[in-house]
Amino acid sequence: MSGGRVITLQIDGRDCGADENQTILEVAQENGIFIPTLCHLNGLHPVGGCRICMVEVEGAPRPLPACVTHPAEGMRVTTDTPELRRRRRLILELMLAEGNHVCAVCVVNGHCELQELALQLGVDHLEIPALYPRREVDASHPRFGLDRNRCVLCTRCVRVCGEIEGAHTWDVMGRGLKAAIISDLNQPWGEAESCTACGKCVQVCPTGALFEKGKATGEMVKRHLHLPLLTAMRKEEEER
Amino acid sequence: MNPEELQRIAAEELQAKSAAKHRIGVCTASGCLSCGSREVLKAIEQEAAARPEANLRIEGVGCMGLCSRGPLVMVQSGPVPAENSGAGAETAFLFKELTPADAPALVAYLEQQKSDPPTVAAGSTASSLAAKRCDLSAPFFRRQVKVVLEQFENIDPERIESYLAAGGYRALLDCLHHRRPVEIIDEITRSGLRGRGGGGYPVGLKWSTVAKAGAFVPQAGRSSRQSAGATAADRPDGPRKYVICNADEGDPGAFMDRSVLECAPHRVLEGMAIAAYAVGADFGYLYVRAEYPLAVERLRKAIVQAEKRGLLGRNIGGSAFNFQVEIRLGAGAFVCGEETALLASIEGRRGQPRPRPPYPAEHGLWGCPTLINNVETLANVAAIINRGADWFAALGTEKSKGTKVFALAGKIKNTGLIEVPMGISIHEIVHEMGSGEVGGIKAVQTGGPSGGCIPAEHFHLPVDYESLQAEGSIMGSGGMIIMDEGAAMVDVARFFMEFCVEESCGKCAPCRVGTTQVLLLLEKIGRGEGTAADLGQLEELCHLLQQTSLCGLGQSAANPVLSTLRFFRREYEQLLVDNTGKSNETDGSQSPQQGPQEVKK
Repeated sequence: MSGGRVITLQIDGRDCGADENQTILEVAQENGIFIPTLCHLNGLHPVGGCRICMVEVEGAPRPLPACVTHPAEGMRVTTDTPELRRRRRLILELMLAEGNHVCAVCVVNGHCELQELALQLGVDHLEIPALYPRREVDASHPRFGLDRNRCVLCTRCVRVCGEIEGAHTWDVMGRGLKAAIISDLNQPWGEAESCTACGKCVQVCPTGALFEKGKATGEMVKRHLHLPLLTAMRKEEEER
Repeated sequence: MNPEELQRIAAEELQAKSAAKHRIGVCTASGCLSCGSREVLKAIEQEAAARPEANLRIEGVGCMGLCSRGPLVMVQSGPVPAENSGAGAETAFLFKELTPADAPALVAYLEQQKSDPPTVAAGSTASSLAAKRCDLSAPFFRRQVKVVLEQFENIDPERIESYLAAGGYRALLDCLHHRRPVEIIDEITRSGLRGRGGGGYPVGLKWSTVAKAGAFVPQAGRSSRQSAGATAADRPDGPRKYVICNADEGDPGAFMDRSVLECAPHRVLEGMAIAAYAVGADFGYLYVRAEYPLAVERLRKAIVQAEKRGLLGRNIGGSAFNFQVEIRLGAGAFVCGEETALLASIEGRRGQPRPRPPYPAEHGLWGCPTLINNVETLANVAAIINRGADWFAALGTEKSKGTKVFALAGKIKNTGLIEVPMGISIHEIVHEMGSGEVGGIKAVQTGGPSGGCIPAEHFHLPVDYESLQAEGSIMGSGGMIIMDEGAAMVDVARFFMEFCVEESCGKCAPCRVGTTQVLLLLEKIGRGEGTAADLGQLEELCHLLQQTSLCGLGQSAANPVLSTLRFFRREYEQLLVDNTGKSNETDGSQSPQQGPQEVKK
């Protein structure tokens, strides 16, 4: 994003130049500073839902999500403190306890963003009780499958389908722990008329919740790096 | 309608009222209606029709506060008091718990025109009536200062004439004809009015932010399907600003806004119209919970009446100002009281909050600058315009001006609705006004699921935004639940956490899963199976909720737990297995369920 005022801020003590329309996360990434993320995906609108990318901003009463917070002149951001690490670990533990994440039998084992995040943050066991929910699996689509047990409600599928594909097949139904991804008006995916079977949702899903049929454990590799390119091309097209 | 016509209607109404020897007002708010005030009203009307010589004027009026003793009936005699004078009628009696069977005695008594109230000696029927008379000099009534609830006993909620006679819509016309928007904002700013929905944000500051923001051409949602609920008429082509009245009151045990909407819908509409004129908006939404059918019905009626009289719609009061109001019903999600979730809900999207900034004042409904105020906040506006900022600022404390309406519930004798000046002590509210047994009350819970418990030792504290916050509670929207020794604080915390689990929207992970984990720990501790480690984890999770949740619901969801931990930690520790080995101390007669059930009522 560009077009705004140019400002300077400090991230982890380093002076960074930024456009005021950027997010702290974008500025950090540009400057080679790593902030862990989960629901965020370059190319989609950020929602600030997973709260993994929380950073400390001097003067703010509580940490702020880097993916939706815009920089301000003179802002001092800290992306890594023992406190932040503890919070991030606990949030990830909450998410792992929420679903049924059994890596050994998962199609994305070894290529899973949730798994990788757990490794990065050092979450190797849960200190809170796992909830072991019973959630529905939707295998009605001829090419793809949805295992809600592995869903972390990042809503990347909802966003990619609405914003990029323009089909808006996916949405969220229900509140709290009962919130679930649904296709169309909660029809089986295979019967969802709006679905174009483009597979973008599968590619952006950070876990094994959305997968291609016929893939065995560890075989499902996701590809979503073309998304920013796609949005940039779209924008160019619109501006022409 | 021009000011002269308005005065004529008000004068006619006043004359009709004054012509009657006695005015009988029967409460027709939800509380009294549910215990049969409609039948009482009918019985009195029938009785009065049979005795026209009694010269009675009978009408349904608004809430008179003592909701636990309904149906309430107010009898006033003598000239109608001048508006805004603060004085009551020459003589006024309030009767509680009236039944249709009391109607003949009441009418017969009034027909005799005695100047004294009915006494016990006056006969068998009259004696039952005498027993039902409320003492209006009791602290419950005497301590109140009414701004928002002013004249409720004289206003028929279903007739605009009645509101006009009480001085209604004068402030709006005064603003439209004699004041510039910037002067109105200045008046509100000087009054020191702060948001009554719980946040306490300075109202004048919010208004001026919206006023300064440039009107904006409404935008569709991010994708076409997302804004499917919105019609083309909602999103006009021209630049716009909006005013929204947040009437999505949802705290357990709170019913202040419901009462204001049911009893003086026009007062809220007038406040909205003044706000709209001040900030430059021409369209307003009233976001009301669908669980308030009577409020919705009366608001609908009020909007039609106001439009008919030219007080809403185009060229209001003969001025160039246009303002249209529509009602939107909330479908029962607590989180929709959060302003960004409320906006999403009005736009026809899933009622979920979004990160702020941008704040609605700059980027609100369909991207337009939007002023969102709570019902009670808007109900204060006309009074401030009529009587001036200085009068309002003289009420209350240095930082919290004016009055606050509280809904009293729980273990006190007088439960119901009160309006008190800010700075009054909790002791005065609970023990003097509520007649709570001194020594028998353990704590008061304020602010609902976002608030906390204040122990009896701290009842000397003044009620204002800062004091309550310093105690780990919040002023909140005004729910006050009074608990006695029978309330087990771990269970109280559990009840509010259950509520938050139920109402978490699921967007952010800490609130979606964290609330459930906190609830599991509270249940475990409550069963007497918790350990010291569990208590540590409980606190850790509570801080996580506070620090990392997306919206106010999650950020404040832990308050009931943290505040009970702060003041009643012993109760938690007594339940831990590895500490004393003892299980729950409460015996059968004081069931641990008692507190929570009280709340559920």
